[in-house]
Amino acid sequence: MSESSSKTLFEQLGGEAAVDAAVDIFYRRVLSDHRINRFFDNTDMDQQAAKQKAFLTMAFGGPNNYSGTDMRTAHAKFVKMGLDDSHFDAVVENLAATLQELNVPEALIAQVAAVAETTRNDVLGR
Amino acid sequence: MTEQKIQLGEQSILCKPDESLLNALLREQVDISHSCHQGACQSCLLRSLDGAPPIEAQHGLKEGLKKQNYFLACLCYPQQAMRIAHRHHTDFMTHGTVSAKQALNAETLLLTLDLDEPMDYYAGQFVNLQRDDGLSRSYSIANNRIHSKQLSFHIRRLAGGRFSSWTHEDLNLGDRIAVSEPQGLCYYLPDKPDSPLLLIGTGSGLAPLAGIISEALHQGHKGDIYLYHGSRDLNGLYWVEEMQALAETHANFHYHPCISSGEPPEHVFAGRANDVAFSQLPDLKGWRIYLCGHPDMVSNTKRQAFLKGASLSDIYADAFHVASGSLD
Repeated sequence: MSESSSKTLFEQLGGEAAVDAAVDIFYRRVLSDHRINRFFDNTDMDQQAAKQKAFLTMAFGGPNNYSGTDMRTAHAKFVKMGLDDSHFDAVVENLAATLQELNVPEALIAQVAAVAETTRNDVLGR
Repeated sequence: MTEQKIQLGEQSILCKPDESLLNALLREQVDISHSCHQGACQSCLLRSLDGAPPIEAQHGLKEGLKKQNYFLACLCYPQQAMRIAHRHHTDFMTHGTVSAKQALNAETLLLTLDLDEPMDYYAGQFVNLQRDDGLSRSYSIANNRIHSKQLSFHIRRLAGGRFSSWTHEDLNLGDRIAVSEPQGLCYYLPDKPDSPLLLIGTGSGLAPLAGIISEALHQGHKGDIYLYHGSRDLNGLYWVEEMQALAETHANFHYHPCISSGEPPEHVFAGRANDVAFSQLPDLKGWRIYLCGHPDMVSNTKRQAFLKGASLSDIYADAFHVASGSLD
């Protein structure tokens, strides 16, 4: 316990290699999820994957320059399309399922979900 | 560390020690797309013209981009003077002479150019061809790298297409045409010789795919190679006998011509090329995928291939956008 608590969340998860392993799985889950995939219909997949990677790095507690304003601007058009808490919950659910698939311990998954949670109001434009 | 001189086209700037190239360019008000400043979004992609850029500046890029000396300005701390170019650098570099014209089918022409100087290209890349008056279009290279001074193209006549009509009707043997440097990332990479390849193309999308297949077989690719070439009807298919002959001589090459309307004859499949492919190949984990042709087919198929397990970094796509001026 003392060993793991001296490492950051990002280090415990496995750093950038863990993000790389997670991004395809996470994005594939999101695109397959009928509750939310309509929001991803017209996006360039490579650009979208790069954004997912930036988001996962942030949620994993890694180095980032997260900007709430950017998050609001990027999601404003989806809020107009009806993006709400249920969709945000679905994304967090897919994030947790991705980490489970990668055998990440539940305690760490809860920490990642908590970091992701801090973006909720920015994403939903509140 | 000292300041390094950076040359971008006509403009020359100085990058300070401990300053990223992106920050130097922004400081000098160079118009460059950028967003995350940390190597994730890849908006600030540039290309080094003098050889390999600092290796850290290529972190996270696809192999094809690395090989062509692309790099990210935000991760680049120059250690020496650099000459760089924007990602879409399209100076015309050489000329070619028309050495052959041959009809592949009613609407597609095989055009062969003999270049003035050898070109270092990869099968599957494209070049811009330019007429004397400046009219220019992108065409995929249809042959493999064995011919460094000869390029061939499949030019499909489009309704109202000014460039394609001109090549079909008015371009003669011996005529000269300007050729840009090769571009594009949809080409064969020899780094995974055992992985299966799936190639799906519609119409003249066969051109780059045929080049890629020829290059793969030439380099002794061991994994299975599946080609699905689609067209609306039999008139749009071509090189059927050539591809069948190739399949007979190479046990790992599998050829599937597909037509989306009408009753197919023997050895031709009914349905769109991507649908036929995915009905036969349920799991694409570990595959490398090449998609060329109609933009809708390319974007839909990219998504399908990803959902069937292919990694995004293993999907190479080249959408053939029709120039808006073609229909004037």
